[in-house]
Amino acid sequence: MKAWLRSRSGAWAFGIVTAIALVLVVELLIRAGLINRFIVPLPSQILAAIPRIVTEENVLHRFWQTTQEIVWASLLLAVIGIALGALLHRFQLLRAACETWVAALAAAPIVLMYPLFLVIFGRSATTIVMIGFVAGLAPVILKTIEGLAGTRRVLIDVGRSFRLSPAKQFWKILLPAALPSVFVGLKLGLIFAMINIVGVEFLINFGGLGQLINELAERYDLPGTYGAILFVILASMVFFEATERLERWLRPAQ
Amino acid sequence: MSTVRSPDAGTSRWRVTLVRVAIVGTLLLGWEALAMSGLLFRDVVPSLAAIGSALARVLASADFYANLGVTAGEIGVAMAIGGAAGLAVGILLGANRFLSRAYESLLYYLGPTPKIIFFPVMIMWFGVGSGSKIAMGAVSCFFPIALSAASGMREIDRVLIRVGRSFRATTAQMVTKIYLPAMRAAVVNGARLGLGVAIIGTLLAETKLSNRGVGYLIIQAYSTFDMPRMYALLIVLFALSIGVNAGIDRLGHAPDRRVR
Repeated sequence: MKAWLRSRSGAWAFGIVTAIALVLVVELLIRAGLINRFIVPLPSQILAAIPRIVTEENVLHRFWQTTQEIVWASLLLAVIGIALGALLHRFQLLRAACETWVAALAAAPIVLMYPLFLVIFGRSATTIVMIGFVAGLAPVILKTIEGLAGTRRVLIDVGRSFRLSPAKQFWKILLPAALPSVFVGLKLGLIFAMINIVGVEFLINFGGLGQLINELAERYDLPGTYGAILFVILASMVFFEATERLERWLRPAQ
Repeated sequence: MSTVRSPDAGTSRWRVTLVRVAIVGTLLLGWEALAMSGLLFRDVVPSLAAIGSALARVLASADFYANLGVTAGEIGVAMAIGGAAGLAVGILLGANRFLSRAYESLLYYLGPTPKIIFFPVMIMWFGVGSGSKIAMGAVSCFFPIALSAASGMREIDRVLIRVGRSFRATTAQMVTKIYLPAMRAAVVNGARLGLGVAIIGTLLAETKLSNRGVGYLIIQAYSTFDMPRMYALLIVLFALSIGVNAGIDRLGHAPDRRVR
């Protein structure tokens, strides 16, 4: 038993078991009246609410809406982000002038510009997609530049010795060599986009999963709110794991 | 930027400045042209003069500084709570392989979830006042700080830890004299990331439901459609958060640079 606990899977199981035990303790404390059940609903109630939210609140449709927004934002990220990165790499003077700006943009609380996006694009899916896109842009640009700049000298010289045109040099040599780094950037950008998309849905009460939480909270449906939050956490964990796997799968063997 | 190949660094720097001035100038001119053309809905792109005077008015008003003080106070308390908790959990997870295997993946997966969705719950737990905003900031900054402290802890040179043990340092002494100084870079980086998300968490909560703070000012400017004021507030906010971020970043790097 002790040896098993020390193994990786044993420790993991221990973590899960203690987490479940914690939930049970909370359930007991609420039943004993030590935690106010109008502030924290019974975990059993939350569990019971999940099927209800799935059927009555159209969770699958909302999930699909949020997914669509994320897909659009990621397409924009991939096309425009990588293009901007390639542009800055191609013109070194431009890169010297702008790279620190892009890095500063990465540190700026971009999502707080959402009222501005509301004014420009209205209370619509476009606003949500655009915020997701802008929020994820900086890491894609920076990692694209990093990847392109890190191309091995030998590879560039091979292209030169074949007298490749600059366009061919980019598509056949530079971009493939930069892909691992580009994917790291895209993964980061996608995660930022997802976080901001769900957040803005909640804030402007529009769209998919984020809005669901806002609606249930405004209805004071406590078990429903907690259940929906659990669902969103689960969905973002799945999304996060999917991007990790995608990145590992797409990364060429080194 | 070291890859910029130039025979003369002086002229190169001068050219970079020139390009920067040209870009900023083009952007400002384009903005002003857009504002005057009337192509977009009126006031969405206010003239630079309007934004400038709104900026001056914001910076001159005592009201703005009172609200900035509220927000800064909330973020400060959030960083103190979330940072201390994150640091403690990070050190614990970094020091103990079993705990790390049991719980770190949980943190790793909870990290990249949108924290703002916890806001309804935080309102119920801590009320509609500053409490729920502090809680949002604390929850936001806990994860990056805990994760980077844990990885920083694991990268500490074993020799340093053995030195501390051989001096029979107490746990508190180990933390303050060995762990924290040795993982300074990781802790500073975690604090930088944590502050970034704490700012976002606190201000987003303020825009959603509050009656003071900078987030409240921004959403109020939006709902009264005072666009120049909203731009002015966003400019001040961005300048402040980018400045603070750069300041913390320097804190983590300065001594290393001298050594190299």
